[in-house]
Amino acid sequence: MPAKKAGKNLGVKVEYLTRVEGHGNIVVEVRDGALEACRFDVVEAPRFFEALLRGRSIFEAQHITSRICGICACAHSLTSIQAAEEALGIIPTAQTTTLRRLLLDLEFIDSHVLHVYLLALPDLVGARSFLPLVASHEKVVRRALRMKKTVNHLSDTLVGRHVHPISAIVGGFTKLPSPADLERMHEELIALRPDMEATVALVASLAFPEFERPTEYVALVSDDATYPLLAGDIGSSDGVRLARREYRRATNEKVVPHSSAKHTSLSRDAYAVGALARFNLNHEKLAPRAKEAARVLGLKAPCHNPFLNTVAQTVEAVHCLEEAIGLAGELLERGVDRSEALVVGLNEGGRIPVRAGEGVGAIEAPRGILFHRYVTDDAGLITAADCVIPTNQNLANIEGDMRALVPEILHKSDAEIQLRLEMLVRSYDPCISCSTHLVRL
Amino acid sequence: MRRPRTAFFDLSCCEGCQLQVVNAGELLLEIVNLIDLVEFREAMSERHDGPLDVAFVEGSVTDEHAAARLREIRGRAKVLVALGSCASTGGVNGMKNAFDLAEIGRVVYGDGRRFFPTATTRALHQVVPVDYTIHGCPIAIPELLTVLKCILAGIPYTVPDQAVCTECKRNENVCLYDRGVTCLGPVTRAGCNSWCVNNGNICYGCRGLVSNPNEKGMLQVLTSRGISLEHVVRRMEMYNRCREEGPERAR
Ligand code: SF4
Ligand code: SF4
Ligand code: SF4
Repeated sequence: MPAKKAGKNLGVKVEYLTRVEGHGNIVVEVRDGALEACRFDVVEAPRFFEALLRGRSIFEAQHITSRICGICACAHSLTSIQAAEEALGIIPTAQTTTLRRLLLDLEFIDSHVLHVYLLALPDLVGARSFLPLVASHEKVVRRALRMKKTVNHLSDTLVGRHVHPISAIVGGFTKLPSPADLERMHEELIALRPDMEATVALVASLAFPEFERPTEYVALVSDDATYPLLAGDIGSSDGVRLARREYRRATNEKVVPHSSAKHTSLSRDAYAVGALARFNLNHEKLAPRAKEAARVLGLKAPCHNPFLNTVAQTVEAVHCLEEAIGLAGELLERGVDRSEALVVGLNEGGRIPVRAGEGVGAIEAPRGILFHRYVTDDAGLITAADCVIPTNQNLANIEGDMRALVPEILHKSDAEIQLRLEMLVRSYDPCISCSTHLVRL
Repeated sequence: MRRPRTAFFDLSCCEGCQLQVVNAGELLLEIVNLIDLVEFREAMSERHDGPLDVAFVEGSVTDEHAAARLREIRGRAKVLVALGSCASTGGVNGMKNAFDLAEIGRVVYGDGRRFFPTATTRALHQVVPVDYTIHGCPIAIPELLTVLKCILAGIPYTVPDQAVCTECKRNENVCLYDRGVTCLGPVTRAGCNSWCVNNGNICYGCRGLVSNPNEKGMLQVLTSRGISLEHVVRRMEMYNRCREEGPERAR
């Protein structure tokens, strides 16, 4: 694409991009108006999770793999559990599935609130971080911290803690909420509504950069009426639909030298996952209040502006709160069968039959679709593991956006260009330390 | 009193311990009033290259780049705090040390492994002197606050050196051994208030081993329950593998 301002030279090198999870660098070089380099380098030291899972018990998998990422630890746990249960042939009870959906909703609210307020908002109001906002926007900062605190407290009740949940395991839960717990959770969730409404109003007042680049959007899809987060097939805006077991046909990973995370592609040379992808594919299934939020925020599908991922996250936060209120209410009404609480440990007693098998988990993490795959031997030990993480799937697309964006903003000052690029990457809410361990089985 | 100039850094980790700091909720605002927070990459764009009073470092040292970075941070910080298991014991990253490094590179990256050199995982104190240690995967907010108070008061913090079982008993949990599963509580350092057992799970040993574990007692429990030592050693490798490498292991 020809640059608008011929002759311009530009060198952007952002080392250790801030306000994202993990370590990544932005490198853009323009020489004489021509784009010579345009990369998002993942420089996180590899952690080799797939390799070190080999030989460990399948009952340890969710404990270890939730440590891939502290921000979406619950999504990693749930994906890991789904894969392990498929490998072992366990079908979770209806109660377990409901509790897992509730947990995932809490994870989405927590993660989206963190991103919208503490990671993205500073750029949109011209601040370097939430710290100066304490003085200029004290009420807003307090609201964000209060919302996070409440959701954390709810997660504590449900699974012991939000960062690396304790009681969610293969087969179900080691602890189940009491009627009093459920009542309190239901009340606290309803009490979150005013803060959520204020969040929508805040985001509606912000001006997001204008930019469009149509791409392929990938998310879980399903034929039922539920907004698919915990279960579904792999779907794309280019019409692809695959069972989750076929995830490798969807992701097509390859190693690139400048990034310790691999790149992926499907129908085109890049695709996007995350809140905007889910909104584009599944917006009709959002809760009525979330649809109303989308209307207030002016978000319409299909939306091709990656900066508006933050807006889609806001809509999803509303949806997840509404779903969580519904699920907590349902559990309260039906009552929780506490005899389902498990004592499993590492299954030393062999309570859960093990077998040689293979399982794939596919769950929407806040940042996009997440895959885990395990192969087990007949003793229930992992012989091979594979994790494909949302940020990886977005990397090639982020670079595609950068290549399209730079020529459009080349007339701006170098500082403005750098900030805009940082905002672009941040809008994907990348989780870089997650993205550095991918494997071919 | 001048507020201590404080920064947070992360080496190889999941950033869950930093997230626990953010999860302190509105308490966070009180914390940032007590300190002069100058760098926290996960949540701030501000950077600081000068001298520091307090550096919190999360994550393990898994390559030479990280070791150099840690030495550089140590060089300009009066007080260095190891934040979380990755930093204090090597954490889950230490599991890597049970394998041949070239081989795990091949497993994950195939022919691309040459792009990603790696080294034996080390805890911070295996590379530089550490002044305060906050154990846990993730850290517990109450302990973070206690350590913060000690740092502000200029007094040392002594990590509890008894077994998780002591807290577990006080919490009146039914012992998991009596429920037929293996728990690492008897040899693991307390301080988390038996967090996992309270939630129906086993202790995985995330806070590292007590300095003087009751090996005989543990062996007795295992023998009486017919659990093999190998099974337990394997469990302990999840968080304590780096210990085997010794404290000041050369590179
Ligand atoms: S200690 Fe645990 S929670 Fe903390 S950074 Fe390491 S893996 Fe994450
Ligand atoms: S072995 Fe585990 S469950 Fe039993 S008392 Fe100790 S910490 Fe508690
Ligand atoms: S019970 Fe064990 S594994 Fe759980 S937090 Fe405490 S020390 Fe860590």
